[in-house]
Amino acid sequence: MKYRSIGRRLWDERWSYLFLVPMLTLFTLFTLRSIYFSFFISTYRWSGVGDPTQFIGLENFVRVARDPLFWNAFKNTLTMVLAVTPGQLILGLVFALILNRKFRGADVYRTLYFLPVVTTAAIVGLIMPLIFSPLSGPVNVVFMRLGLISQPLDWLGSPDTALTTVIIVMIWKWTGTYIVYWLAGLQTIPDELYEAAQVEGANGRQQLFRITLPLLKPIAAVIILLCVVGNLKPFNLIKTMTDGGPYFATDVVMTYIYRYAFSAEQGIPRLGLASAAGIFYGLVVIAITGVQGLMVRRVNAARKDASVQSRTQGIRVATGVAGTR
Amino acid sequence: MKTTRRTVETALTHVVLASLALIWIYPFLWMISTSFKTNAEVIASLGLIPDRFRFENFVKAWVEARFARYFLNTVVTTVSVVSVVLISSAMSGYVFGRRRFIGKHLIMGLIIATMFIPQGSTIIPVYDLIYRLGLLNTLWGVILAITGGAHVVFILLFAGQFVQIPIDLEHAAVIDGCSFVQTFWHVMMPTAKPVAATVVIFQTIHTWNEFLVPLVLTLSKPDLRTLAVGLYAFVGEYTIDWVGLSAGATISVMPIIVFFLFVQRYFVKGLAGAIKA
Repeated sequence: MKYRSIGRRLWDERWSYLFLVPMLTLFTLFTLRSIYFSFFISTYRWSGVGDPTQFIGLENFVRVARDPLFWNAFKNTLTMVLAVTPGQLILGLVFALILNRKFRGADVYRTLYFLPVVTTAAIVGLIMPLIFSPLSGPVNVVFMRLGLISQPLDWLGSPDTALTTVIIVMIWKWTGTYIVYWLAGLQTIPDELYEAAQVEGANGRQQLFRITLPLLKPIAAVIILLCVVGNLKPFNLIKTMTDGGPYFATDVVMTYIYRYAFSAEQGIPRLGLASAAGIFYGLVVIAITGVQGLMVRRVNAARKDASVQSRTQGIRVATGVAGTR
Repeated sequence: MKTTRRTVETALTHVVLASLALIWIYPFLWMISTSFKTNAEVIASLGLIPDRFRFENFVKAWVEARFARYFLNTVVTTVSVVSVVLISSAMSGYVFGRRRFIGKHLIMGLIIATMFIPQGSTIIPVYDLIYRLGLLNTLWGVILAITGGAHVVFILLFAGQFVQIPIDLEHAAVIDGCSFVQTFWHVMMPTAKPVAATVVIFQTIHTWNEFLVPLVLTLSKPDLRTLAVGLYAFVGEYTIDWVGLSAGATISVMPIIVFFLFVQRYFVKGLAGAIKA
């Protein structure tokens, strides 16, 4: 290949750079600048009016770290992740195993179970207080008729039950995603393996534990990663459903940030403090993602060939070039 | 014998799955049925079939509660965001998938490295940016802020598609005198229609459901609320109007549910493909 000077190479690909301009503009303004600005503003006391002038060093971080309400929100966020993730994954896997048996109508069920996923989270959050309302909300009416409770419960309004109720709603809202993910995983397992197992006389249980689950491992690592990351950000649902209440029982880091940054209840907005909380939260999310990403890599390293194969296949499926069915 | 057992098994599966599905979508059925009722009727009965179908709640929501306006805002926002995201992702995907240039891996690494930053960490800078651009309390600001950032998954999908196109096709285009832009638009883009469909579907659903950005950017301008933000404000004003709230919620989510039902085959395929990739 002929040697070309750097200037020449840049000039030859001028159209490539031009084609990146829209994406890079949006990326620079909304991602890179946001990272910079978050760190910058977190060292100021700033109400959002005019330019920030009051530099206070790390005081915002110290305040956040000393605020029991922040740790409460942080704890709730983690509790939700730890409770919702297994719920969604296990329920999703059970549904997927049933629906994977390819009987007539399986697609209809999949669609129905998937409906909550595409529905606006903020609006689900506004309807749920009616469904769980102590004033003749359908959940209370049904539970009382079944004799499960003797008087209506204030599911979302009482600090004892609010967090659990939110967790149930979160599981319901997003399990459909994991049904689809698991189904995609199940379809990567060749039918011949099951046929061979049947010839050998393996029963359903043995097939599940010896073939299905072990072979799902590589894709399971990715699914778990996506599930955890998704459950770390429940803002829209929580904001409209409970707004972190009652008495901060369902408060999460994002509602905490919102309160300090945009809500009038707290008096003067404190954007620096909210940014400090946002940075801490962002770092935690990235750390969790990073650790899980390493785990995914380790699981997949053991099956490198398989993963390369499924990757190209995945892209083709996604683009619909090669229909698998 | 074996076939009978199979039939019974299948029937049983259907009974269980159908009952669960009914419970699963009950909140939606309840919401739709409530929008046809009166508040007194809701308290009195649990039945899903209303006494008679009243459309007053919808009319009230559409006209008095200004859902017509919110609906229009949401449609305009969604169409604009989807167009920009589609074009900008396709252009980036094209050069990442087919061209070799200095800085390619640096740029790709940078956008992939930042893809997991949560929205909570960036909403304040985004608010500040829109304010500085003078777009606070404008629909442009909302559109720009939802569009903002690199859409890594979409870019990779496009790149994955374009990388497969035989180089001969591109050579032929050049020989025929196609410019860079013409090659992209007339030769490459037609091969990527399925990817474009996936991007449009996902981004449409995402934008329709967006809440935090339109909420904070229209705090002092009710005229610009999207459906979700409008309904949120409605609840703040009329706490106990169950039927009004249900009618507003039905108006807000039915379009996206119907949209999903039409495109669900592609949607599910795209989701399944993304996980495998």
